[in-house]
Parts: sequence; structure tokens; C-alpha cells
Amino acid sequence: MSPLAGYLLVAALLFAIGLAGALTRRNAILVLIGIELMLNAANLNLIAFWRFGPHPEALTGMMFAVFSIAVAAAEAAVGLGLVISIHRHLKTVDLDEINRMKG
Amino acid sequence: MSISFYILSALMLAGGLGAVMLRNAVHCALSLSVAFTGLALLFLQLDAQFAGLAQILVYVGAVAILVVFAILLTRTSEEIGESNVFSRTWLIGLILAAAVFAVLGWAVLRTAPMFPQPSAAPPVTVQEIGSALMGRYVLPLEIVALLLTAALIGAVIVATHEKEGAK
Repeated sequence: MSPLAGYLLVAALLFAIGLAGALTRRNAILVLIGIELMLNAANLNLIAFWRFGPHPEALTGMMFAVFSIAVAAAEAAVGLGLVISIHRHLKTVDLDEINRMKG
Repeated sequence: MSISFYILSALMLAGGLGAVMLRNAVHCALSLSVAFTGLALLFLQLDAQFAGLAQILVYVGAVAILVVFAILLTRTSEEIGESNVFSRTWLIGLILAAAVFAVLGWAVLRTAPMFPQPSAAPPVTVQEIGSALMGRYVLPLEIVALLLTAALIGAVIVATHEKEGAK
């Protein structure tokens, strides 16, 4: 098995773990954790393709991953702010109980 | 495939599994930082030093701490001894995740013979990355700066207290 295939399989497994977390947990923050894991799996794919691609000196994949890290940081800040706001309004972060959009 | 790849992958996947499986939310956050650290080490293994160190700074240093803060701010007393941390539809979610992994793994293994052979490590210095950021990638850099400012202001506005009766 080539190294690229190994990295891609690990990234696919991490993505599946993150997806399982996002789909099965009740706590909204842990759903956000699952989404972060999925974003990180995508970053690992980008870096692996950059390293083993035909033109690693062009830096494209690594720049993509660095910008993706920055966007993920913004996403985490806004997402956790929304969770705290929901907790203030509804006194819960349990997604099975948050089932209406009316505040 | 080097032995360090297997060790780091096992560490990272164990951290990821712990982050979604553990019952106590604070333990999940700590496990998440283990997963982030393992991923950063994998980046270093792939000769992407800049991305690996950025990963440690941004994820382990900021996002994991933010998650811990959010968990502690939203914790309620009855939730600590709660027995059921998984949603009612957990089986469907698990099946979906397994199906997604099956499709991704099948695609990777089917195309694996066409992958290029590993080449020598590209000599990338931080100076080159800086020149690329200020040259070819200056527009995305400015957009990311704008996005981060907007996200910062938005997060503060969303999470600040409203006055009583202003709702």
C-alpha cells in the first residue's frame, strides 16, 4: 500500500468518526466537536495530496489547508457563541429537546 | 509506510473516538485535543511544518480551550449524572457514518494502484510560504482577515447578554 493510500484511509476513518459523533450525540457542543473532526480529516487529505502530488513546490495544497484552518477557527467561534446563546434562551443544549425554531 | 505513521494514526484515531464516545463532555474535549495534537504530528510527518505548527496553535491552543469554556458555561446540574448521552436516532447515524466510510474506503482502495510513487520531500521554507502568502495568495489572505474580523464581531454579538425585556 502506498503512503498516500494510508493517509487517505486514515482521513476517511477520522471523517467517519466525526460524522458518527455529529449524528449521534445529544449535546450540541459535542456535535460541533464532530464537525471539527470532519474538517480536520479534510485538511489531512489536502496535506497528503500536496505532499505526494506531482508539484509539491507549488504550495497549493498546503495553502488550502492553512486557509481552511483559519476558516474553521472562525466557524468554531461563531458556532460556540450560538450554542451559548441557545443555552441562555432555552436553558438546555440537548438537541432532542430543541425542536422548534421559534425563540 | 513508516512505523511512526501507524503510531500517530492510532493515537489520533483513539483521540477522535474518545471525543465522540466518552460520556463526560469535559473528557470529550480533552480527548479532542489529543486528536488535534496527533493530527498536527501527522502534518509534521508529511513535511508540512508550517501547517502542523499552525494546527497546534489554532486547534490545541484556541479551539479546544474554546470548547472547554463552552462546555463549562452550558453545563447544568441534572446533565452531569445523565445516563443517556446519545440521541434517540443514534442507530441511523451510526449506519450512515459506516456507509460513508465504506464508500470512501472503497474509492481509495479502487484508485490506489494509480497513485504516484512517493517523491523526495519538497524543500519548503517559511520564507517561501510568507512570499507566497504576500504574493500569489494575497487576495485570499485579505478575505480571511475580513472573515475572521466578521466572525469575531458576530460571535461577540451573538453571545452577549441581552437586556431584560429587550427580547
